Amino acid sequence: MARYSFLELAKNAFSAHKNWGRQWRAPEPKAEYDIVIVGAGGHGLATAYYLASEHGLKNIAVLDKGWLGGGNTGRNTTIVRSNYLWEESAALYQHAIDLWEGLSQELNYNVMYSQRGVMMLAHTVHDIQVFKRHIHANRLAGVQNEWLTPEEAREFCPPLNIQKNIRYPVMGAALQRVGGTARHDAVAWGYARGADSLGVDIIQNCAVTGIRRGADGAVEGVETAKGFIKAKKVGVVAAGHTSVLMEMAGVRVPLESNPLQALVSEPVKPAFPCVVMSNTIHAYISQSDKGELVIGAGTDQFVSYSQTGGIHITTHTIDAICELFPMFRRMRMLRNWGGIVDVTPDRSPIIGKTPVPGLYVNCGWGTGGFKATPGSGHVFAHTIAKDEPHPINAPFTLDRFRTGRLIDEAAAAAVAH
Amino acid sequence: MLLIECPYCGVERPELEFRCGGEAHIARPEDPSGKTDEEWAEFLYMRTNTKGVYAERWRHIHGCGRFFNAVRDTVSDKFLKIYKAGEPMPDLASLAKEAGK
Repeated sequence: MARYSFLELAKNAFSAHKNWGRQWRAPEPKAEYDIVIVGAGGHGLATAYYLASEHGLKNIAVLDKGWLGGGNTGRNTTIVRSNYLWEESAALYQHAIDLWEGLSQELNYNVMYSQRGVMMLAHTVHDIQVFKRHIHANRLAGVQNEWLTPEEAREFCPPLNIQKNIRYPVMGAALQRVGGTARHDAVAWGYARGADSLGVDIIQNCAVTGIRRGADGAVEGVETAKGFIKAKKVGVVAAGHTSVLMEMAGVRVPLESNPLQALVSEPVKPAFPCVVMSNTIHAYISQSDKGELVIGAGTDQFVSYSQTGGIHITTHTIDAICELFPMFRRMRMLRNWGGIVDVTPDRSPIIGKTPVPGLYVNCGWGTGGFKATPGSGHVFAHTIAKDEPHPINAPFTLDRFRTGRLIDEAAAAAVAH
Repeated sequence: MLLIECPYCGVERPELEFRCGGEAHIARPEDPSGKTDEEWAEFLYMRTNTKGVYAERWRHIHGCGRFFNAVRDTVSDKFLKIYKAGEPMPDLASLAKEAGK
């Protein structure tokens, strides 16, 4: 892999940038791998990257039914934060933030991580109590999070309307200054390029159609559109389609798949300095470096794999955005879309082993998996390589639904369900 | 937005009048104290989450307020059958075949 550098940029400028090499190969699948990761999104590619870079494993493939980063990785609203309530979650998401901070350097790929601050608005007395509880819990856990009055919130984000005459007036806000955004595609591409250079085969347009188990119950490999691929270990990182894949191995999971929508506006000059989210009225918004306003809406209330979602959901969000930020009332929206998110009963992910030997699962990120991409891949790689969880993901087992040790983050999840 | 026909009211109304109640035909255990942790986990949390033909509960919360069941294709979101609570689950495979899937 040619390292990207100023010298490399200058050299390529002389040939009008026509001779940059490919960022990753397009290999045909081998007959056998030590580890097969199903799903080439951010989490899957990060897992493969850390398996190769931290655990020295080489014989790895990442399979995807489409192109890499084409699922929820390419569809989310790119918000990064770690102000979750419970210590288990704070540790997991803070682990991700710690990795985000050095990620561009490590991958030699600019993921455009921007710690511009994430502000969560409180509109009711209940919101204030919940957010203050989060702030105190976060401070005890060493996670940065602070309370702002409505005036301080407007100072931090000048477009914010804090008048009392709107339907849900702003009564305060919780601000995490280390939160922010990153470029979602660059995260997938950076991990893909890094993993590929360490020998990982990334096989796109190769849908997994079955998971084969041996007489002892252990995983033998995966059936794919390009034939059977033998594998000692299989990691499923398939977001909204996890239930479908796990059913192939005969494992039931506590997930429901819902469409989650987002939309972007026409690009404008820099006008919006931070990320603002509101759980209560279902809206979150930031401005990309390209200038578009990136707006996240809610989920549909029923199970669906349609990758669209109801138009009344986005209408509801736009109503809220227009009331909170009156200057956006005449903005035009360019496009909207949906992604399928896999939601667990306690709104916390499942990262770990399954009842099937050799089969591992990383799922249940629901509406907020992007923020955790590096941390998720890092601890999942550890789980697969060592066949036991990293201390950080040890509480996030599938077994917690049997023991009852749930990690209830319904209030911290970005989207009210 | 889905259009849903309430089997009690007999009219097709927009989704906003309804609340989805999740997967249908999950019976509460008749002998709760006799169940193992695995059986409780299955009852409380495990869901089929089918990509395809799926039976689910709906409630006409802003209408008659009653629960009913529906079979829907979770890929196209089209309703294939709507029936009253208490009626047996229809044969999902044959409904899928009728819908050409």
